[in-house]
Amino acid sequence: MKRLTALLSALVAMMSTNVFAEYGLNMTEGVTSISHDIYDLHMMVFWVCVVIAVVVFGAMFYSVFAHRKSKGAVAAQFHESTKAELLWTIVPVIILIGMAIPASKVLIDLEDTSKADMSIKITGHQWKWQYDYPKEGISFISNLAQSHKDVVTGTDAEREAVGNYLLEVDKHLVLPVDTSIRFLITSNDVIHNWWVPAFGVKQDANPGFINDAWAQIDEIGTYRGQCAELCGKDHGFMPIVVDVVSKADYAKWVSEQQAEAKAAADSANKTWSKAELMTQGESVYNTNCAGCHKKDGSGMPPIFPAMTGSPIANGAAADHIGIVLHGKGGMPTFKMLGDADLAAVITYERNAFGNTGSVVQPSDVTSAR
Amino acid sequence: MTTATASHDDHHHGPEKGLMRWVKTTNHKDIGSLYMWFAFTMLLVGGAFAMGIRAELLAPGMQLMDPHFFNQLTTMHGLIMVFGAIMPAFVGLGNWLIPMMVGAPDMALPRMNNWSFWILPFAGGILLSTFFMDGGAPAFGWTFYAPLSTTFAPDSTDFFIFAVHLLGFSSIMGAINIIATVLNMRAPEMKLMDMPLFVWTWLITSFLLIGAMPVLAGAVTMMLTDRNFGTAFFDATGGGDPVMFQHIFWFFGHPEVYIMILPAFGVVSHIIPTFARKPLFGYSSMVYATASIAFLSYIVWAHHMFLTGMPVAGELYFMYATMLIAVPTGVKVFNWISTMWRGSMTFETPMLWAISFVFLFTIGGFSGLMLGIAPADIQYHDTYFVVAHFHYVLVTGALWSIIAATFYWLPKWTGKMYNEGLAKVHFWWAMISVNVLFFPQHFLGLAGMPRRIPDYSLQFADFNLISSLGGFAFGASFILLTYIVIDCVRNGKPTTARPWASAKGLEWTLEPKAQYHSFNTPPSRALIEQESQNS
Repeated sequence: MKRLTALLSALVAMMSTNVFAEYGLNMTEGVTSISHDIYDLHMMVFWVCVVIAVVVFGAMFYSVFAHRKSKGAVAAQFHESTKAELLWTIVPVIILIGMAIPASKVLIDLEDTSKADMSIKITGHQWKWQYDYPKEGISFISNLAQSHKDVVTGTDAEREAVGNYLLEVDKHLVLPVDTSIRFLITSNDVIHNWWVPAFGVKQDANPGFINDAWAQIDEIGTYRGQCAELCGKDHGFMPIVVDVVSKADYAKWVSEQQAEAKAAADSANKTWSKAELMTQGESVYNTNCAGCHKKDGSGMPPIFPAMTGSPIANGAAADHIGIVLHGKGGMPTFKMLGDADLAAVITYERNAFGNTGSVVQPSDVTSAR
Repeated sequence: MTTATASHDDHHHGPEKGLMRWVKTTNHKDIGSLYMWFAFTMLLVGGAFAMGIRAELLAPGMQLMDPHFFNQLTTMHGLIMVFGAIMPAFVGLGNWLIPMMVGAPDMALPRMNNWSFWILPFAGGILLSTFFMDGGAPAFGWTFYAPLSTTFAPDSTDFFIFAVHLLGFSSIMGAINIIATVLNMRAPEMKLMDMPLFVWTWLITSFLLIGAMPVLAGAVTMMLTDRNFGTAFFDATGGGDPVMFQHIFWFFGHPEVYIMILPAFGVVSHIIPTFARKPLFGYSSMVYATASIAFLSYIVWAHHMFLTGMPVAGELYFMYATMLIAVPTGVKVFNWISTMWRGSMTFETPMLWAISFVFLFTIGGFSGLMLGIAPADIQYHDTYFVVAHFHYVLVTGALWSIIAATFYWLPKWTGKMYNEGLAKVHFWWAMISVNVLFFPQHFLGLAGMPRRIPDYSLQFADFNLISSLGGFAFGASFILLTYIVIDCVRNGKPTTARPWASAKGLEWTLEPKAQYHSFNTPPSRALIEQESQNS
């Protein structure tokens, strides 16, 4: 009996949250009231299942060991018992009602987004996230960090060295702590799903519709998540990184972003040199286009055509701008990029890879919109 | 495959000789064998895709394929296993067993039976040929959510749609045939409540098929017109709704999962009483539980869609309805255990598979209950927790029962006994490796690994490695299974008419290898009562 107690307490210790988290065995508790509620619900249902499993499997394995012919067991012939049937129908119903009540409470709470202090609009694109702060006038795209893309086919040591392999982006979403935030989630092409486990927020991004979710984050820190709905080739490569900062730091960040946005708007109005366009274009290309059309422009024909010798990249600039702005077939639209970036990347596509197309200025893109 | 069985054949003609026997056959036993061999071939093909998936996921980084090909593999693995392996295997079992179990000479519609089988190799061939087309095979998951499967899909999607239509025809014809056989060809002296549970579960499954498959046909037809004829059912820019696709798909898809598990419940309800030497505890409650599950399966579909932005009232309803399924499923598990209780058990191979089914399917049931809790599903949805769940119910549920049934009735099909020692080795090999393969996936999912990703962050590396190694071992176990079955057919020792002493059922009253034409005269009331599970 003593040994049994020792064994049981060791088991309980093993199942305590810390060990679970360390080995990645269990759900994490997260940093919002919703994620805590979900975690509690998860653990409750889990333990109910464990108890039922112990009883049911206990009976089954006892029977397997005790009631075997080789031990001389003689089969009883009993069968049919309305009492037993009623018992094992009614008891589960009662247990289920016991689970349904707290589950309903949590569900109603997490679906109520009416008390939010601020809103963030999240748009899924193949294969990146766009974040808009409607009131603050901030908008940016968040891609898997280039350093991570580079080591996907690299060595284990390289993947180790980049840190948080595949869970790093070129621009983090920044949110204030202790603020009730409403997420408005939509998509520009296929269905995506915005999931940050620590927030207990996971919501489909449907093209043409807006879903919402909310979170009030209790702790400053960096939180990571991923797209959770198959959205095509690079579904596994569109992570989410959120920096949760103090309210003061958040205000500072907002004013920096607004200044940057103003500078970017100004740059779209000037005329760029070809060299400037090419430099800027290469980095935009590698972030947005190389996933399908490849860094060297070879593409993956026939689904993703090659840039090299492409009739579009070597043809009329207007057609080229049109395709990049509006997409075509499997090619998504890139109209969410700024005019300067679009002009740069189109110029790059028309002049790199041995192509001989014309130079495109931001003003060309502006007028084509 | 063995050919003539002239000595057992007192009817005016036996099977034709040569290849044309299989092409032209209208015999339920031949067609049953064709279905089983086709399903087994597809199981190996789908298994090969799974090996590819697990090989890529063995370690972080992309080593073997590009992400687009990875998505093709996961998509085709799911489609081939569901439509090519599990469903045809159950139709094969139904073909072989139902006429013998209800004392009928053959299926009610034998020519249609031939047709519904011979559609399958063509449908499967069309589906597999998409790998060689420009743009590759479908890469949008076996659930093919629009608009990824419409606007953004490769050209081969139209071939996929055609293949799904063909598979649907085949399934509907198979279901009609089984309903007609059970209701019209049943021995005149056999009442419905005399029928063996495998017949009951298949009868109910047939109604699920007839209800669900046309809905799938509707979904793929809408996809077809969206892709080619300018409609916008699932395209918001034309006034459609991509979420509507999911409602239609899962209105098919949820009954579909019970199509794949109800006949399994039937199989296990035969095997456990036989080897416990004790009558099935609650025959009628098993029948009612099956019917309840079938009914519930039609009204819970949106529990696959808790994150699509449903109104909270919808989520509450679908959560409650889903939780209710635990009740009749629990009744089944309790019945099996009560049947074992105070029995006199022996553990021949079919019994090992059946007990393993009860154990592992119930684990899949527990994770299913957890997934049904809508708020918790927020964290589980589209993670490896879901992958673990549905592999526990489909591999260690549906597939387990098919293997159990194969060992249980193989003596009746071949007149020969398989190698019991090797079969037990195979059982333990598969039993251990399947858990090494799928159990760690629960942890991966809870720790936050999404499903359908070709590469993952480093904290998921250890469990993926374990899972992959388990996967390779599990895959290899099917080489042994193939050997055991072929060895039985070729070299098995002749067996008796009733190799399992306590087995009940009209099929065991036939010759050791069931004659090519059985029950030309219907069995008597006395025989039916003597062989009934409901005694």
